[in-house]
Amino acid sequence: MLHLVLFLVFGLICVAGAVNLLLQSHPINSALSLVVVMGSLAVEYLLLGAEFVAAVQVIVYAGAVMVLFVFVIMLLNAGAEEHSKGSIIALALGVPGMLVAAILIAWVLVTHSGVHSVALGALLGHPRDIAQLLFHDFLLPFEVTSILVLIAIMGSVVLASRPEAIEHSKKEG
Amino acid sequence: MTPHLHLWLIPILPLIGATINGVFGKRFSRQTVTGVAWTFSGAAFAMALWVVSQFSSLVLPYTEQLAPWIQAGSFHAEFGFYLDQLTLIMLLIVTGVGFLIHIYSVGYMWEEGGFYRFFSYLNLFLFFMLTLILASNYLLMFIGWEGVGLASYLLIGFWFTKDSAASAGKKAFIVNRIGDFGFLLALFLIIQHFGTLDFTQVTSAVIPYGIEAGGGFLTAIAILLMVGACGKSAQIPLYVWLPDAMEGPTPVSALIHAATMVTAGVYMVSRSHAIFERAPIALTIVAIIGTLTAFFAATIGITQTDIKKVLAYSTVSQLGYMFMACGVAAFSAGIFHLMTHAFFKGLLFLAAGSVIHSVGGEQDMRKMGGLRKKIPWTFWTMTAATFAIAGIPGLSGFFSKDEILWRAYQANWIYWLIGVITAFITSFYMFRLWFMTFFGEYRGEAESGHGHGHDAHGSHGHGDGHGHGGIHESPKVMLIPLVILAFLSVFGGYVGVPAALGGSNHFEKFLAPVFESTLPNQSTTDHAGTPESERGDQITEAELQKYEHKAEKSTELIFTGISVLVGLLGLFLAWLLYYRRPQLPQEIALALGGLYRGVVNKYYVDEIYAAVFVKPLIGISRGVFWHGIDQHVIDATLDDSAAGAREVSGVVRRMQSGNLRSYAGWIAFGAAVVVVYMVWVGTR
Amino acid sequence: MVPLPYYLLLSGILFACGVAGFLIKRNIITIFMSIELMLNGVNLSFVAFAAQWQALSGQVFVFFVMVVAAAEAAVGLAIIIAVYRTRATLNVDKVDLLKL
Repeated sequence: MLHLVLFLVFGLICVAGAVNLLLQSHPINSALSLVVVMGSLAVEYLLLGAEFVAAVQVIVYAGAVMVLFVFVIMLLNAGAEEHSKGSIIALALGVPGMLVAAILIAWVLVTHSGVHSVALGALLGHPRDIAQLLFHDFLLPFEVTSILVLIAIMGSVVLASRPEAIEHSKKEG
Repeated sequence: MTPHLHLWLIPILPLIGATINGVFGKRFSRQTVTGVAWTFSGAAFAMALWVVSQFSSLVLPYTEQLAPWIQAGSFHAEFGFYLDQLTLIMLLIVTGVGFLIHIYSVGYMWEEGGFYRFFSYLNLFLFFMLTLILASNYLLMFIGWEGVGLASYLLIGFWFTKDSAASAGKKAFIVNRIGDFGFLLALFLIIQHFGTLDFTQVTSAVIPYGIEAGGGFLTAIAILLMVGACGKSAQIPLYVWLPDAMEGPTPVSALIHAATMVTAGVYMVSRSHAIFERAPIALTIVAIIGTLTAFFAATIGITQTDIKKVLAYSTVSQLGYMFMACGVAAFSAGIFHLMTHAFFKGLLFLAAGSVIHSVGGEQDMRKMGGLRKKIPWTFWTMTAATFAIAGIPGLSGFFSKDEILWRAYQANWIYWLIGVITAFITSFYMFRLWFMTFFGEYRGEAESGHGHGHDAHGSHGHGDGHGHGGIHESPKVMLIPLVILAFLSVFGGYVGVPAALGGSNHFEKFLAPVFESTLPNQSTTDHAGTPESERGDQITEAELQKYEHKAEKSTELIFTGISVLVGLLGLFLAWLLYYRRPQLPQEIALALGGLYRGVVNKYYVDEIYAAVFVKPLIGISRGVFWHGIDQHVIDATLDDSAAGAREVSGVVRRMQSGNLRSYAGWIAFGAAVVVVYMVWVGTR
Repeated sequence: MVPLPYYLLLSGILFACGVAGFLIKRNIITIFMSIELMLNGVNLSFVAFAAQWQALSGQVFVFFVMVVAAAEAAVGLAIIIAVYRTRATLNVDKVDLLKL
């Protein structure tokens, strides 16, 4: 019972945050709503027993990625969105298409997934168990993603730096 | 033991000469070009003589195969060569007269531009003509047939910068093509019925068939072959190209349009004698066409004032005689006249060229006259030829023409009558030419300064080189062939003296194995229609022949006498009108008024053809084929499909708008389609 | 006891909002954030299924998704900065030079 209530409450907060993201015109407001979404998602993860994932969600996603977003918004001094000539295709084809797809999936899920119930804390995801998997069965993907992150770092440094700065650092050796 | 003759070399040698002169000739000096041309045409002639020397040890007909050519199912054709008595005679004529004309042309064309080109074409012509006569099947012969048409076009239009010459070349080629169409249809019919085009195979395949009295497929083949011959040998209705072909240099007229190419039709008809023998309707058509053409052309010849045009119409007329002979199945008589005609007509043209050369390019006989003292060699050789063609006794033309007239009489007296009248007209116009050119007072301008090159003689003033002296004899290199041909014109007929006049007809006997009648129950000489030969075999062959000959001998002598009389009558009339009373022709022409005008204008045949065939065809080509189909259908299809592609792509490219959100929209839409499909498949 | 479809429904709603935001919004950064939203929705369904099938690898996969999302966010934002420097606008409709 509690499980259901908690789920509904935080689910509503999620949805509210997501909708707010759509409705806001200033990007900073959208960023903050996204943080709210991530936070409530972390709680949802906890309800499912995925403690490690919830922690990582808060630390990495809400704590690092969203901070980066806010940082860039502030750096670029993004103002409120202007109205501009949009794309008819997007509105005519994309949105209805997406709605149709969404409704279909929902219908499928609701009618065909059976009456499984997930218990509170159904699958406890101890860090120890996750680490066991991560460093034994998923070692290769782990290492590859670390390389990926390295490349991403280098890429973003190069992409975002000023051209003169590169020249400057080249001259310095 | 039959030696291998390597007949294929005979055509190839002139081809090599043509290639060398054609590719390198521009850089050669005139002497080198001459050397090359003479070497290869002379080599062909030498080989022909060598073949003659080997002739008695051959098993005839001699065939050799160079290489296989077409093998399509059951139809085979090879590059094969064939030699029998008929081929041998044609070979000697073509290579011999051809070589003489090569010698002559060096003198005639020395001052002209494009010297190397001329000899390249001349050698090329020899190649194709030799292919034609040495071929062992109709297909290879057809290659030679087409090739001589090509060479003729190239040589007629030699001075192609002149409009009339270029048009004459085109006219010759196109009219020939019409004949070739008939020839091709005949070939297709032969393939359809006999499955082969090889001469020996076709002849043996035809043997089982009897005479098609009322027509049949053999008649169709024969008539179509005759259509081809009409085109090549300038018979009615396809003769119109030959007079125009006089635009070409005179040696070309001598070689191609007198001695060799135009005789290809006669040769082809003689080769196909097995087919023609079985198609009496076709034979009649051939004889009628030949006779009519002979008469028709001769009438035009009496009014022409250009010396070469007179000779051109004379050629058409004499070819008519040859076809008359073929039409009454007297093939060897036709070939005999072909040979003598090659001699005297070739000589006539070459001598005419010499005359034209002497007077500085003038070709109008009204501006000639009194030349006999000034150019004696030309005069005497031309006299020999003129007497030969008029049928004066003892000369070659007399024997051959008489043979034809006699055989024609045996078939139908009407042929003979028209033939005799034509002989009279022939004699008249030839002597008219003779008198107008060589006798009387000189009426031209070459004496008084520069006779500038009359157009037909070349685009360069020919008189510049020797204009200072006026009229002069031609150089030796031109005179020697004239003398040789004169000798042949005078004495060449003695190989065919008929029995009635005390000779034994060597020529006919020589050719007898070729023209041996292949009909089931005929005698072995090529009579046609003699009633005696259809009696049973109670009387022996020899007795029969003796009886026939005796009865006919006297008739033949009478007819010979009539021919001679007619020839002398023509001489007398010409003497009267063009020597004694030169003002008479004008008065006669005025008196005849419209009739004279009609004849002088060649009965307006060219104009009729232009109005009936040429103009409508051009109109259809322009209106229907060019505008209608080419522009509006073919071009339109391509243009419209290109325009359509442009339109479609113009619409489709709007997808590449550069707008991120539209891309996103498309992606979302595509993803939705995929999802819908998966759901639909999954929940079915 | 929450039925599994509820979790999936929530995940779907989040995903749909993300797609809608991607299509509707004009600011590049907002579009980017919609992408993050989509990824989060997917993460939720991963964890939900992991709980149902008792397979811990579902949660490990979420871990990887997050790592990749972080890397992608970093590079994407760097690109946005570069675009802003050249185009001086964050309006995605104005950055349309790659058209035919």
